[in-house]
Amino acid sequence: MESRDIVIIGGGPAGLAAAIAAHEAGCTDVLVLERDVQLGGILNQCIHNGFGLHTFKEELTGPEYAARYVDRARELGIECRLGTMVVELTPEHVVWTVSPDRGVHAISAKAVILAMGCRERPRGALNIPGFRPAGIFSAGTAQRLVNIEGEMPGREVVILGSGDIGLIMARRMTLEGAHVACVAELMPYSGGLKRNIVQCLDDYGIPLLLSHTVTRVEGINRVEAVWVAEVDESLRPIAGTEVRYPCDTLLLSVGLLPENELSRDAGVELSPVTRGPVVDDALQTSVEGVFACGNVLHVHDLVDYVSQEAAAAGRAAARYVANSSSEAESQTEGTREDERCLSVVAEGGVRYTVPSTVYPARMDEKLLVRFRVDNVYRDRFVSVYVGNKRVWHRKRRVMAPGEMEDVSLKRADLEAAVGATTIRVTLEEE
Amino acid sequence: MTDNLYDVVVIGAGVSGCAIARELSRLDARVCVVEREEDVCCGTSKANSAIVHAGFDAQPGTLMARLNVEGNRLMYEWATELEFAVMQVGSLVVCVSEDTRAGLDVLLERGKENGVPDLRIIERDELREMEPNISDDAVAALWAPTGGIVDPFGLTVALAENAAANGVEFCFNAPVSEIERDGDIWVVTAGERHLRARAVVNAAGVYADEMHNLVATPDDQLRIIPRKGEYFLLDTTAGPHVRHTVFMLPTKMGKGVLVSPTVHGNLIVGPTATDVDDKESTDTTAEGLAEVATKSSLTVRDVPLREVITSFAGLRAHQEAHDFVIGEVSGAPRFFDCAAIESPGLTSAPAIGVMVAGLVREGLDLEEKPAGEFEPTRKGYVNLMALSFDEWSELCEKDAAYGHIVCRCCRVSEAQIVDAIHRVPSARSLDAVKRRVGATMGRCQGGFCSPKIMELFVRESGMRPEEITKRGPGSQILIEEGRA
Ligand SMILES: Cc1cc2nc3c(=O)[nH]c(=O)nc-3n(C[C@H](O)[C@H](O)[C@H](O)COP(=O)(O)OP(=O)(O)OC[C@H]3O[C@@H](n4cnc5c(N)ncnc54)[C@H](O)[C@@H]3O)c2cc1C
Ligand SMILES: Cc1cc2nc3c(=O)[nH]c(=O)nc-3n(C[C@H](O)[C@H](O)[C@H](O)COP(=O)(O)OP(=O)(O)OC[C@H]3O[C@@H](n4cnc5c(N)ncnc54)[C@H](O)[C@@H]3O)c2cc1C
Repeated sequence: MESRDIVIIGGGPAGLAAAIAAHEAGCTDVLVLERDVQLGGILNQCIHNGFGLHTFKEELTGPEYAARYVDRARELGIECRLGTMVVELTPEHVVWTVSPDRGVHAISAKAVILAMGCRERPRGALNIPGFRPAGIFSAGTAQRLVNIEGEMPGREVVILGSGDIGLIMARRMTLEGAHVACVAELMPYSGGLKRNIVQCLDDYGIPLLLSHTVTRVEGINRVEAVWVAEVDESLRPIAGTEVRYPCDTLLLSVGLLPENELSRDAGVELSPVTRGPVVDDALQTSVEGVFACGNVLHVHDLVDYVSQEAAAAGRAAARYVANSSSEAESQTEGTREDERCLSVVAEGGVRYTVPSTVYPARMDEKLLVRFRVDNVYRDRFVSVYVGNKRVWHRKRRVMAPGEMEDVSLKRADLEAAVGATTIRVTLEEE
Repeated sequence: MTDNLYDVVVIGAGVSGCAIARELSRLDARVCVVEREEDVCCGTSKANSAIVHAGFDAQPGTLMARLNVEGNRLMYEWATELEFAVMQVGSLVVCVSEDTRAGLDVLLERGKENGVPDLRIIERDELREMEPNISDDAVAALWAPTGGIVDPFGLTVALAENAAANGVEFCFNAPVSEIERDGDIWVVTAGERHLRARAVVNAAGVYADEMHNLVATPDDQLRIIPRKGEYFLLDTTAGPHVRHTVFMLPTKMGKGVLVSPTVHGNLIVGPTATDVDDKESTDTTAEGLAEVATKSSLTVRDVPLREVITSFAGLRAHQEAHDFVIGEVSGAPRFFDCAAIESPGLTSAPAIGVMVAGLVREGLDLEEKPAGEFEPTRKGYVNLMALSFDEWSELCEKDAAYGHIVCRCCRVSEAQIVDAIHRVPSARSLDAVKRRVGATMGRCQGGFCSPKIMELFVRESGMRPEEITKRGPGSQILIEEGRA
């Protein structure tokens, strides 16, 4: 069987950044597996700019941002197998791939990095009553049709859900000559970035209807109209508020789901909140030697954070490979079970954190903990307690579910709190 | 015009019409199936519970009872011959309150009278053992080991492909609007075509009454009432929630819904039963879906409704007498009804096929094809999910396209989609591909693979992207005039 130090599943921004970082950390036997015929993942269809402000201090388009990583991976001579889909991962790190040129092919890896990204939540999950005609697309599918295939999915459009892809597609469709009647959002706040609401809706005069949903789809063969109604506090449509929008297209931007079929089959523990793997400070999952990063771990809004996180996973995997080789000789390092571990608890409006466990003895000097909040909060403090001791306390003017937040933990603080077993991340009024 | 003269014209390419066509293809006869939709299996046959009923439901002595039990037996035989997916998982009718328990005995007796084998009443403990997620209220159940689940699209397509391979013609997008007599010959107007036939079979589903009434005398009019049933389909992660088909024994509070695994590994929950006026109203409703959600918990615990990937509705071809209407219409020689085929019509299809083909054969005095000219078997589509990696590997060596996964959720490769596009009757829309090989049916509902399947249509059948439809004319995926 082919044998590799690190196998990375997915050649999007996460997989590429992880591969580069692992290589730069000294592990040169890295293989990237990508089912598409090109690298870059979702970025290939994101032809708008706004990528890379944090990493490169310039505004790049998605493909431009991806190209920087693809070029670097080439320079380093990292092998990337395209058109190669991973169909199974075993707990023992055997990666089964399928491709037209190799057929079914197994690779044994010392470490595996999961970087499969996410997929869009489909219509069925919403239970919108009515017919199931042509003309209902997830926003990402429409984006692919318009930006990659050069096709036009519709002329008169209603968008349900104000996730970033929906917002971006509202602008894209408008620029392509379609008319976007409205963006309806079930929640009283948008799921997307503030920046996108301004640049994609406000600038084009597209109304954002908060606390609204689609209650019915008309049309047997192709969408003819959708009905949009206001919802009450328990998110149920309010009778009498229905408005009929004649249209030929309904785009859905109602959430992204990390793509974890492979992880689940490999026995990786998943979080019911993020639907991504539960990881420690090294981004290692519950299965030893299997790491995760990018949208497969939790849904990101900025690709810069994906790249950062993935680089950390790459370095950690390289360290794992180095340790497991030296371990074989000297038996120095133990497994995670032998060590002190603190769990990170999300509380008081914090939905989840990544990571959810921290090993003080292994962690870097400083550790970034990312999280999302469950509602819109104004003028709240983000606090972190290690045991009973508050180690972080900073005011944030506005926090919203659509934007990822972070706090930074110092190893020194964890080591100082000798008996502590938890790290609580919470929101406080003062 | 002998060109246009058929021995038999079958109206409707649902499971009934296709089963009849397949059985007719054993005979030395020229047969044409006319269908108003763009493909087979576009009516009720595509939207039902997909259960192979054991046969204890129908009243003894009815046609329904006989054809159900016979169909059940044939279904498993034909699955081998025609390579479609069926699984004999067995079914349970669960009694959830002591005071209705007698109902189980009624079903047991009825089943025995109908000739259903191996029926047995099981008590709480055994039931719990067999079905760990059964409701805490469950007290006993009727166990029918011959019950099963089938792929209704796979079944209908298999019948149609085998019929076509044995010479039956299919004519799609051809709604029958008139049926007239010209001497001994029936003249059937279907879209632009005028087909002449010595015999006609009416297997038009919810529209079978309209076809019947075109030829029947005023005192012999048929009325089909569409009775809507709505469903949830859950992700494959929820599929193992139950192991058998779980029905509820009706109580004073009414009928429950069934909870069952499907042959594709999903979980199906439903249906409702509401009479509607419109024969096109296969739309789901807020009330219907809410009812399914509420009733799902009556027999089974913790049905994971958050795993719903789609919902759909089908129309039962209900008729007052609640029995199949099969036979020659009086005053209309050699016009055969196959009407009011409501549940268990899917199960009964093989037996219906045999019976109706028999009536036609007698009516026209047809002979069987000479020995060796009828091919009873048909190759199924490859199902990669069911293969070992070694078997898959062998396929890839023969055809590299098996190594190119197009639908990631249901693991469907380019090779299977190309196969579907080139068989007869061929797949000409996204839904037609779905019915044959399962692509777009999974948890992302085509978000990922639809654009890729469209590319294959362009490559394989020379369609322009704008011509590709979801489900036939009028359901184009893209906007025709291109970009602004
Ligand atoms: C529509 C849209 C607009 C966005 N706009 C912005 C923006 O304006 N600014 C910004 O900073 N960020 C934006 N983002 C976010 C950014 O693009 C994503 O966060 C980023 O692409 C995630 O990277 P990833 O590598 O985790 O996932 P992906 O980019 O999804 O890459 C995952 C890769 O894994 C491959 N893969 C999956 N499963 C397998 C398998 N089994 N075998 C082999 N390969 C597999 C996939 O083919 C894919 O190439 C946007 C995202 C979307 C979807
Ligand atoms: C909710 C529900 C649940 C069910 N569950 C089960 C079950 O679990 N097990 C079971 O055994 N049975 C079940 N059934 C019953 C089963 O689905 C039907 O009995 C069976 O599919 C009927 O097949 P058919 O070919 O007669 O009708 P259809 O599949 O409706 O086929 C009729 C065809 O005729 C065509 N047609 C109509 N008018 C014209 C015209 N003018 N010209 C040309 N073509 C025309 C239609 O387009 C259609 O394709 C269920 C039914 C429903 C509605």
